[in-house]
Amino acid sequence: MNKAVHVYFAQAIPLITYIDESCLYLKEKKCRICERVCKNNAIDLNQTLEKKEIRVGAIILSAGLEPFDPKVKKEYHYGEFDNIVTSMDYERLLCSTGPYQGEILRASDKKPPHKIAWIQCVGSRRVTPGENSYCSAVCCTYTQKQVIVTKDHDATADCTIFHNDVRAYGKDFERFYERTEKLPDVRFIRSYTSIVKEDPETKNITVRYSTYEDGVKEEEFDMVVLSVGLNPPADVKSIANKFGIELNPHNFCKIDSVNPMSTNRPGIFVSGGFQGPLDIPESVFSASGAGSQIGELLNYRRGNLSKERIYPPERDVSEEEPRIGVFVCHCGANIGRIVNVPETVEYCKTLPNVVHAQEQLFSCATNSAKEITDMTKEKGLNRVIVAACSPRTLEPLFRDTVREAGINQYYMEMANIREHNSWVHSKETEEATQKAKDIIRMSAARACRLEPLQEFDLPVDKAALVVGGGIAGMNCALSIANQGHEVHLVEKNTNLGGIARRIHSTLDGLDVQDYLSDLIAKVYQHQSIHVYHDATITDATGYVGNFVTSVKSERGFTQIKHGAAVLAIGADLYTPTEYLYGQDDRVTTHLELEERITRGDEKIINAQSLVMIQCVGCRNEDRNYCSRLCCSQAVKNALRLKDINPEMDIYILFRDMRTYGFNEDYYRAASNKDIKFIRYEPQDKPEIEAGESDDGRPVLKVTVTDFVLGKKLELDADVISLAAAVIPSEATREVAGLFKVTLSPDGFFKEAHVKLRPVEFSTDGVYLCGLAHYPKFIQETINQAYGAAGRALTLLSRDSVVASGSVAQLDESKCIGCGACVSACAYGVLELRDTKKTKKATVNPVLCKGDGLCTTKCPTGAIQLKHFTDEELLSQIDAAFPEEEAIEQLDAAVGYL
Amino acid sequence: MCSGRVDLSFVLRAFSKGIDGVFIGGCHLNECNYVTHGNYHALNMVLLAKRIMEHMGLNPDRLRIEFMSGAEASLFVEAVNGFVNQVKKLGPLGVSEGINANEVKSKLAQTTNLVPYIKLVNRDKLASRLKTPEEYDGLFTHDEIEKLFREVVSYYIDPTKCQACSTCLKNCPADAIVGGKNQIHVIDQEKCIKCGTCLNVCPPRFGAVTKISGEPVPPPIPKEARTIARKSKT
Repeated sequence: MNKAVHVYFAQAIPLITYIDESCLYLKEKKCRICERVCKNNAIDLNQTLEKKEIRVGAIILSAGLEPFDPKVKKEYHYGEFDNIVTSMDYERLLCSTGPYQGEILRASDKKPPHKIAWIQCVGSRRVTPGENSYCSAVCCTYTQKQVIVTKDHDATADCTIFHNDVRAYGKDFERFYERTEKLPDVRFIRSYTSIVKEDPETKNITVRYSTYEDGVKEEEFDMVVLSVGLNPPADVKSIANKFGIELNPHNFCKIDSVNPMSTNRPGIFVSGGFQGPLDIPESVFSASGAGSQIGELLNYRRGNLSKERIYPPERDVSEEEPRIGVFVCHCGANIGRIVNVPETVEYCKTLPNVVHAQEQLFSCATNSAKEITDMTKEKGLNRVIVAACSPRTLEPLFRDTVREAGINQYYMEMANIREHNSWVHSKETEEATQKAKDIIRMSAARACRLEPLQEFDLPVDKAALVVGGGIAGMNCALSIANQGHEVHLVEKNTNLGGIARRIHSTLDGLDVQDYLSDLIAKVYQHQSIHVYHDATITDATGYVGNFVTSVKSERGFTQIKHGAAVLAIGADLYTPTEYLYGQDDRVTTHLELEERITRGDEKIINAQSLVMIQCVGCRNEDRNYCSRLCCSQAVKNALRLKDINPEMDIYILFRDMRTYGFNEDYYRAASNKDIKFIRYEPQDKPEIEAGESDDGRPVLKVTVTDFVLGKKLELDADVISLAAAVIPSEATREVAGLFKVTLSPDGFFKEAHVKLRPVEFSTDGVYLCGLAHYPKFIQETINQAYGAAGRALTLLSRDSVVASGSVAQLDESKCIGCGACVSACAYGVLELRDTKKTKKATVNPVLCKGDGLCTTKCPTGAIQLKHFTDEELLSQIDAAFPEEEAIEQLDAAVGYL
Repeated sequence: MCSGRVDLSFVLRAFSKGIDGVFIGGCHLNECNYVTHGNYHALNMVLLAKRIMEHMGLNPDRLRIEFMSGAEASLFVEAVNGFVNQVKKLGPLGVSEGINANEVKSKLAQTTNLVPYIKLVNRDKLASRLKTPEEYDGLFTHDEIEKLFREVVSYYIDPTKCQACSTCLKNCPADAIVGGKNQIHVIDQEKCIKCGTCLNVCPPRFGAVTKISGEPVPPPIPKEARTIARKSKT
């Protein structure tokens, strides 16, 4: 779909064009047009490969993943039937830079499909040759995303998902699943499918499937999306050979289960999808984590290759009239396709104080940013407006750009004409152009009133506080300490270890207690780690780089000064109130079952029949999330019991088996060992009562509807084991309050951004890892613990941090000491102090987060949030509307009834 | 910046500039990304503003607040389209209300002048965190707002008591007090934001400042009569 000369994709780094193998010259020595038209003589068609030798101390392999290619199986008819696409193709269709500029169209007739089917597990969870036995872990949720986006495009679209288990095991995924399921005209159908035919006329696709109610059916769809799974990198063998690393049986990197970022070769680490199929947050954990491990190796050389940025001196423009430059970005086609950019640029030139306006293809590209710097100098600009995207991601870049021109960075203003305009008005080009002008006019009004602000440097205390001495907290503490920092590890119990003290082994056979005692020894032996047992935190004050936390422990009362804090306080287990738990001692939880198996409890290992019930205490109204671990935990216990007592009948009653990733293999092994999996629906839960078996043995009778057989089954159980939910630790709320961090709707800690900042809080200098974030396996916890260490190191390794200049400022002469601002501030920035006559507020700008509530509450305008002052915002409101004569015309145009 | 930064005066300014409807979007209540929960402050401000609009004779449906997350595109579209249609039905500001444009403007201007006073009086309510939508209706009642406007306070310096000590003048946050050495102080009622600081700081032995509620303020004494004749110390 690309030309031979193209940009890889709009966000590629570096964002430059390149020539691929489809080039006519490279293939047939023809053409060379590009060479002639390039004004900069940048094209060299005779370039050859170059060898470079780079000496490094460590290597991270982030070789990623490859989407499964459905062409290897003829029965998917991919490439044969026009209207069968893979989920990757579909992703491109949804994208505004995609083949039809974000419109979903069929390849056969370029018409929008109305009835679309997704087929799950294409290439995954299948033992047929050419496909993968493991679960690709991401497809269930990406399909739901595609359905939601499809419904955004066309609310009437009919979307059908043919699935096996729906594996919504990630944080907030269950809610996402529920949201998708509730959309009108969306059907989730649990069925295997086959693609039958393509209609030669309409090119529609017929899919055969079966349901318990209706049996085998055939249905026609306008388009079929194959939810393809994830393969290891295509050249994985050569990577393995080159680096001398071992692969696992699925051809992903073979990893150490207690250090999933390490390979068999010291100094070579692995992060992201090359560990195995995982989603973006998990990738980011392991990326930061691998970084931290390398930090441990190379800390002594930290900063040796970095160069200090030197900015030109800042020009004092306070006496100058505003001279505004406007740079209107096309963002490739994102803006330019909708908004008439040249017309907008001409309009900008008519605005008061605008002395320069121009368009740019991608303002964020390196050459464009330089152009902004150069133009600012050349035209003597003292205000710069970049009319492009949301400031959320690129504001720092453009601030830097004006700094390079010797202008205070707060003189840069972004006008968001993409998210606020072109992306939402893709069908109304004229109105969108008008709106772009309006937005820029408002920005120009504000720009005139902007003030130069100074950011301040805060010193960083080099010590870290880690709250929680479980696997997460200990790994994180060790990694930070190994990079030369003092770590204070605070544990509420008398012993380190956390919930892992109760876990015997993992599914892949790790002896958890061995690992744990080794880990605990490392912590105690480390000179820089100070452990506080039986500890409670009584107070936490301060701010990024300079926290003071008060701890009461066996050491007495301690005030700890630290620059960063990691919250790894773990989670609790739900105590079931259902299924006779607590009333009948034959009912146990999976964790208790594991302990009893390990102890060799005869009641367990000699049981004739054991029934496990999944999803107890979660995936319900009270706790609308999946506890993620329990399916694998059930399989683990079942396999162990079968090893010990092959005669035992084991039943697992489940809703969806969520043995994602490589754990799928163990689920298959369990099925092969005759462990029975019976699915139940939440509205038809299993029922238990005490009774007698046919041979007169006292048992618990379990009644459950079997959907496959279509009838009620009665099972005799000697033992019942419940998958009790993982729930937030009791202390979560209190700790969150102390460190001023937030919780997700389910009561776990809420990260600053699920993908971009998954191991840190919005509160600067505070990080999170482990079960306190969300239920996860030991291996995942270790990934995340190192990840949190890696992020904390980016702070601790610096001598100072920069705090925003956009903070509250008080004009004391206007303050009447009413205290409205003090009660509105959640960060303790403001305080009332007595003066001779009256009370006055005082501001500690270091603590200010810039929410501006104080400014709104202040009756006299004494407190102003800098960069968002009343004057700046009111000027923007004033500029939003044209003068009064124009309003009448506007009224007429709007067509008031 | 948080939705709680949206000031009552911003809303009034928008209407006074001829806009016919104001829409405020905030994050879901109780799902603050920080610990501020400023969206409750935004909600309170909107509830107050709606009552004030009723008081001015403007249709409160011209102002709406909705809470949603960044992932709820369809909800946003629905809310905005619904609001736009509603405002279109109401027509230009003042038309559905039967008030002419000039009157609308003057009412808005008067109310804007009172914003500091309104914020002071409702300080606690504006910062409260309501639990249920049922409570929203009761936060600001119609009667309460009518009373607020009926009984607007003013401050007045009794020229017979003022000793021109400049204390109130120095402490006034709005620079609304005119006076000088040996010049009886006078409050410029146009500039006064009714915060009561002058009343609080006027030395009790003078007791020159009085609070007037719901009644007209006596006219300021003429400039030429303001000089205080003091006995010479000799």
